[in-house]
Amino acid sequence: MKITNWGNYPVVDAAVHSPESVDELKKIVSSHPEMIARGLGRCYGDSSLNYTIVSTLRFNHLLAFDEQTGIIICESGVSFSELLEIFVPRGWFLPVTPGTKFVTVGGAIASDVHGKNHHIAGSFSNHLEWVKILLGDGSIVQCSKDENSDLFWSTCGGMGLTGIIVEASFKMLKIETAYIRQRVIKTKNLDETIEAFEANKYWTYSVAWIDCLAKGNSLGRSALILGEHATKNEVGYRYRNPLKIEKRMSIPFPFFLPNFVLNSQTVKIFNEIRYSAYVSKDSFVEYEPFFYPLDVISHWNRMYGKRGFTQYQFVLPKESSKEGLKKLLTKITESGEGSFLAVLKLFGKQEGLLSFPREGFTLALDFVISPTTLKLFNELDILVNEYGGRLYLSKDVRMTKDVFEKGYSNFNKFSNLKKKYDVQQKFQSLQSKRIGI
Amino acid sequence: MNSEKYILIIGAGSDIARPLAYLYAKAGYGIYLASRNIEKLNRDANDIKLRFNVETQAYKFDVTETAVHQKFYDSLPIKPIGVICLAGTLGEQKKSEQDFTKTKNVLEVNFSGLVSIIHIVANDLEQRKEGFIVGVSSVAGEKGRKSNYVYASAKAGFTTFLSGLRNRLFTSHVQVLTVHPGFIRTKMIEGRETLGIITASPEEVAKDIFIAQQSGKDFIYSKWFWRFIMLVFKMIPESMIKKLDLK
Repeated sequence: MKITNWGNYPVVDAAVHSPESVDELKKIVSSHPEMIARGLGRCYGDSSLNYTIVSTLRFNHLLAFDEQTGIIICESGVSFSELLEIFVPRGWFLPVTPGTKFVTVGGAIASDVHGKNHHIAGSFSNHLEWVKILLGDGSIVQCSKDENSDLFWSTCGGMGLTGIIVEASFKMLKIETAYIRQRVIKTKNLDETIEAFEANKYWTYSVAWIDCLAKGNSLGRSALILGEHATKNEVGYRYRNPLKIEKRMSIPFPFFLPNFVLNSQTVKIFNEIRYSAYVSKDSFVEYEPFFYPLDVISHWNRMYGKRGFTQYQFVLPKESSKEGLKKLLTKITESGEGSFLAVLKLFGKQEGLLSFPREGFTLALDFVISPTTLKLFNELDILVNEYGGRLYLSKDVRMTKDVFEKGYSNFNKFSNLKKKYDVQQKFQSLQSKRIGI
Repeated sequence: MNSEKYILIIGAGSDIARPLAYLYAKAGYGIYLASRNIEKLNRDANDIKLRFNVETQAYKFDVTETAVHQKFYDSLPIKPIGVICLAGTLGEQKKSEQDFTKTKNVLEVNFSGLVSIIHIVANDLEQRKEGFIVGVSSVAGEKGRKSNYVYASAKAGFTTFLSGLRNRLFTSHVQVLTVHPGFIRTKMIEGRETLGIITASPEEVAKDIFIAQQSGKDFIYSKWFWRFIMLVFKMIPESMIKKLDLK
């Protein structure tokens, strides 16, 4: 079966197994020498690709929910989108969510996803009560911050390389409404953007859309978007049931756009229009357009054509963020290979061995995959390493072993733990082989 | 959490069962799940309860154990407003040709066992003058081919049974819906080569069934285009069919 992840590159002809019970899963794990778990395939590259894939999508039962504490227990194939549909009307929200709701709980743990609230709430692993994982020897081990903590910290952000996550428990966030009180602040350049982040870090949610094609004095001009869960009092009279939102149709992107449509000129015009469209103001918005603006269009990845695309996402330590961002942004604008979506965000502190976040600024940019962009990435890699930063494994499809090791100082510790828990080296992806873990 | 209307799903181990139960639970129905694998059913029932806050019960039930069907139905605390039969097995055609016990099992699971439980429910609904019966048959039942004709003939019998029952229950206002699905991405056909474009997901078929039942239909194909595929296929005369190497 042909399998590819969100970036449409690479495409792998893989055997996909979809076990429904732990017994079936054990049989698959014991009878194959090598495999990787896969959920909804929203990582961009090859993180969940191998020639044997274990799909967790049939592992999607809710097992328990405590209405008092908000603690949920579920299987790893349950998606964030299902959880939102079930729990938002009951007054509960995900403690942390990435920019798409089409990820599974297992995938969220393996990528240790972060959201717009990372500077306050940390990454997804921060909200886990425990995780149950099936190891290569067929045993199922429960781990948490206190129990088998080395397994826990190598599984959170561990890209599925320690075993197959079967169940997890985490705490949902109590909300009064399904709306977000949003503030937009437009900035004129990178200095202003960074200052605005600092000045508004008490906001629960913050993210900036950055015009990555603006040059010179406008370099780094952005629209900083801030948000708080709106209270009942704030929206009270507007809506009869503030937890209920009418379901919207999702619009499918029907076909792969021909490759020539997206070029540096059209992208530049798009960025220009988008920046002008933002107005500094306060408003109430539904949670979906706030957190998942792109999920409205299913298969929006087809916009990039059949050649495939990737997202280059890096984080720089806080000390070197300003200088580093300027250098990297200049390099990107000079190349003219700008992207539709460039997102800037300030991270807070972070634990975990391979978890991507660290205190500092992260920038994510979408690029079509082409010889010129690949060359650009190599140049950017050097700068990222130089400033002590690293790249996000879940978005990556081309990082070298060297760049990985320079960025992730705990990789040795992780490798040793992987050897301890995955003696037979059963859990491997095309990515893990490429970067040597 | 108190549901007034219940549906009974026979063959709830099927991949279509859970997405279908979700749709009914969302619409406020209580759910009875019945199949052989009670462990799986308990897990499913718990999941449905947590998601939709409706009463959900799991029952161990074997279509072929017809002797206890009446007792099973009598044991249901609130009688269902509808029954949906998803039970079925492809069996192994080659083995069925050699071993009648294998053939018998395929006939029982796909036909006679279902006749038993459906008649029990039908008699109750006929008296109550309400409700619905949904039978999931198969496009395979419309024409025999060498690769699965034992299964196909059981399905043909089932389809004919449902159409007769529909005629009988018409005056009692009981709906009988026959569903002819084509290829579905389920464990039944796991490992077989299927054409991606005409293979439906269990969720799609569940949605087709739910909408057809709720709008009072008698017969549907799922997906809809199978109507045309079968129309063409049935136009091929037997004299030609017999010569084809049909998989």
